[in-house]
Amino acid sequence: MAKLSKHLEIGSSPHVTDGASTDVIMRNVFFALLPVTVFAVYAFGTGAALVIIVATASCVLTEHWLCRWTGNPSTVGDWSIAITGLLYGLTLPPDLPLWMVFIGGVFGVGIGKYLFGGLGMNAFNPALVGRAFLQAAFPQAMTHWQVPFAEGRFESIPSSVMAMPFWEPTYDAVTTATPLALMKFESEFAGGRELAAGLTSGSVGETCGALILLGGLYLVARNMMNWRIPASIFATVAVISWVYQLYDPTTYPGPVFMLFSGGLMLGAVFMATDMVASPITNLGCWLYGALIGVLVVVIRFWGGMPEGVMYAILLANAVSPHIDNLIQPRVFGTGRGAA
Amino acid sequence: MNTPAPPQQKPTTVWQMYRSIVGIGAFCALLIVSVYQGTSARIADNRARFLSSAIEEVLPAVRSTVEVSLDESGSLVAAAEAADLPAYLGYDENGDLVGAVITARGMGYADNITVLYSYSFELQAIVGHKVLESKETPGLGDKVELEPHFLANFEALDARLNEDGTALANAIVTVKEGEKTEAWQLDGITGATITSDAIGSILNQASSYWLPALERDARDFQPPQSIEE
Amino acid sequence: MAKKQVNPTDEFIKGLWRDNPVFIQMLGLCPALAVSNTAINALAMGAATTFVLVMAGLSVSLLKNFIPREARIVSYICIIATFVTCVDYAIMAISIELHRALGAFIALIVVNCLILGRSEAFASKNKPHIAVMDGLGMGVGFTVALLFIGVVREVLGSGTLFGVDLFADGFQTWTVMVLPSGGFFAMAIWLLVVNWIRQRQEKADKQTSEQTGEAAS
Repeated sequence: MAKLSKHLEIGSSPHVTDGASTDVIMRNVFFALLPVTVFAVYAFGTGAALVIIVATASCVLTEHWLCRWTGNPSTVGDWSIAITGLLYGLTLPPDLPLWMVFIGGVFGVGIGKYLFGGLGMNAFNPALVGRAFLQAAFPQAMTHWQVPFAEGRFESIPSSVMAMPFWEPTYDAVTTATPLALMKFESEFAGGRELAAGLTSGSVGETCGALILLGGLYLVARNMMNWRIPASIFATVAVISWVYQLYDPTTYPGPVFMLFSGGLMLGAVFMATDMVASPITNLGCWLYGALIGVLVVVIRFWGGMPEGVMYAILLANAVSPHIDNLIQPRVFGTGRGAA
Repeated sequence: MNTPAPPQQKPTTVWQMYRSIVGIGAFCALLIVSVYQGTSARIADNRARFLSSAIEEVLPAVRSTVEVSLDESGSLVAAAEAADLPAYLGYDENGDLVGAVITARGMGYADNITVLYSYSFELQAIVGHKVLESKETPGLGDKVELEPHFLANFEALDARLNEDGTALANAIVTVKEGEKTEAWQLDGITGATITSDAIGSILNQASSYWLPALERDARDFQPPQSIEE
Repeated sequence: MAKKQVNPTDEFIKGLWRDNPVFIQMLGLCPALAVSNTAINALAMGAATTFVLVMAGLSVSLLKNFIPREARIVSYICIIATFVTCVDYAIMAISIELHRALGAFIALIVVNCLILGRSEAFASKNKPHIAVMDGLGMGVGFTVALLFIGVVREVLGSGTLFGVDLFADGFQTWTVMVLPSGGFFAMAIWLLVVNWIRQRQEKADKQTSEQTGEAAS
């Protein structure tokens, strides 16, 4: 019975068209993420590769172990948890210690997904829950960025990545600031071409905006992603930042910078579109995207932290059932709040 | 009361109510007053020790202090009552003026930060600081209490006054980590930008208020007779 | 109920496990989450609450015939507030630093529903020595729960226990555990453990009763 209702819930989501099963969609999401992943490993070297592998492994193992422990059939086979793990890995800094990667994965899947009831029940995107926990637990390590395309990145493993569990990492590589930190604290704006091509620093998979867009377009073309959510996010962010740039171009960067910097591309295309945690109606998706867009701009411009995509998406996840509820047409003859 | 009392219970008279509430009130008042009496000496003692240990931390040479305040005309007088953000003149064992200790408060990243800092008349510089109260993020914002290179700012943070002694010659500001070039700049902390900036502006604001009067009046200031530890 | 034989020891023990105020009754969560960031804070908070619980229980029980039904809540609050004020002064006299660390939460013991709840539901209906044992049990249960949360948060969040460094230099502290959200995480983990143990216990109890039932039939 429980199994039946799970499949029904997934099937009714707008991401899914006629009868596509979870593993078919997930395989396509994997294809869409492949160029991003390959680029990430190319840009950041062995550290990034290890982070991605451990992230995926930690999520898969946690899911498998929790399923077995609670006496349910393991849901590892449908690939959705592997995609979650891959996405989680792509949001992490490339020289994050592997033991932190592992803890974040266990936390994200265990607390963010399984305690809510597993696949189809999670209120929040598990990958982002894991990342948010790491951000709160280890703020120094999570704001430590490796220079992309460093020499010898394939020959050696960064020492911080191999830090002993529960011990502080030591950094040997040259570090740098992300474009968003430069924007926030130094009012320096990186160029749009640089950002889109992925030449800047940042999390493993967030730097190359062009490849992420490509993956998104592939999914939209296969009709496996709700294009309204990213479109709405992009439009909102672009309009607000454009208005503020007209008002004060030295403090506020323009739309191109805002769209291609930080985790916005990756978040909008692959995270916000999480089938379970986003609204199911089309209008709801537009509202949901707009909410994320507004929150991103607010956090980036006026918040204490340079990046806010993660928190924006998690907050919007929290309200997405209410968005669906809000836009339900009232049935004739029923009173207020009857829904 | 709408619900009738159970039959076996007699209705409560007004006298019984008075008796219980006034009686309990009187008993409680007595208890609080006696506990207060019993502990107040120790509490005052603890407070004084807390303050003097904090003062000793920022200005080790001090043996005795006098709390001061500014009157309406802006000149230095002995404080009539303990202020929310007090300032003290510190004297060494010979009774010579060694410096001033000033409390200041300002907005940090999470909430107000209250700091205690010391000013040396000899060096015309800020020579020590201690965060009394802060709710900054542990691990990031609280680096202003721990980070060695930030604390090194307080070996002698230049706080000279301008020629007519009405304001700071150079505003105290926090600069980015590693970019300190002048003696009145605070070398900031990467990752705790807002908190280290806040410390700079707190110091600047409080110094602009206190230092002109202190420089003008403190040397000739006659402390009230009783200087005790 | 009134005729039931009440054993003071039972009243003490129930607060530790079966009716643990934090883990089972989920009472007094505000201080349990807010001041459990270090073990020493948790211990101080627990001790202060225990003192107030015991004294309030004793007073309410002694005065139960003196306080009319209509004026009971105001009387209880008055008594509780008095003991809280006394504790407040006592902590200030012991250590100003500890008082700063506990902050407003000492004063907020007044509105800890655990204390008013025990006064109203238990102390006002029982003999003084029973009420004292109940207050003591609840207080110790509360303290132990806070200590459990506090130990997890302090070890992970600061790498220390009761202020003593546990690890060599270079231990990576989990900032989140010192922040308020860490209180929720630590509490949730303990709740998970407590409920898991309880479920296993219930299952075991059921099995034994079934077995005895089968044997009887």
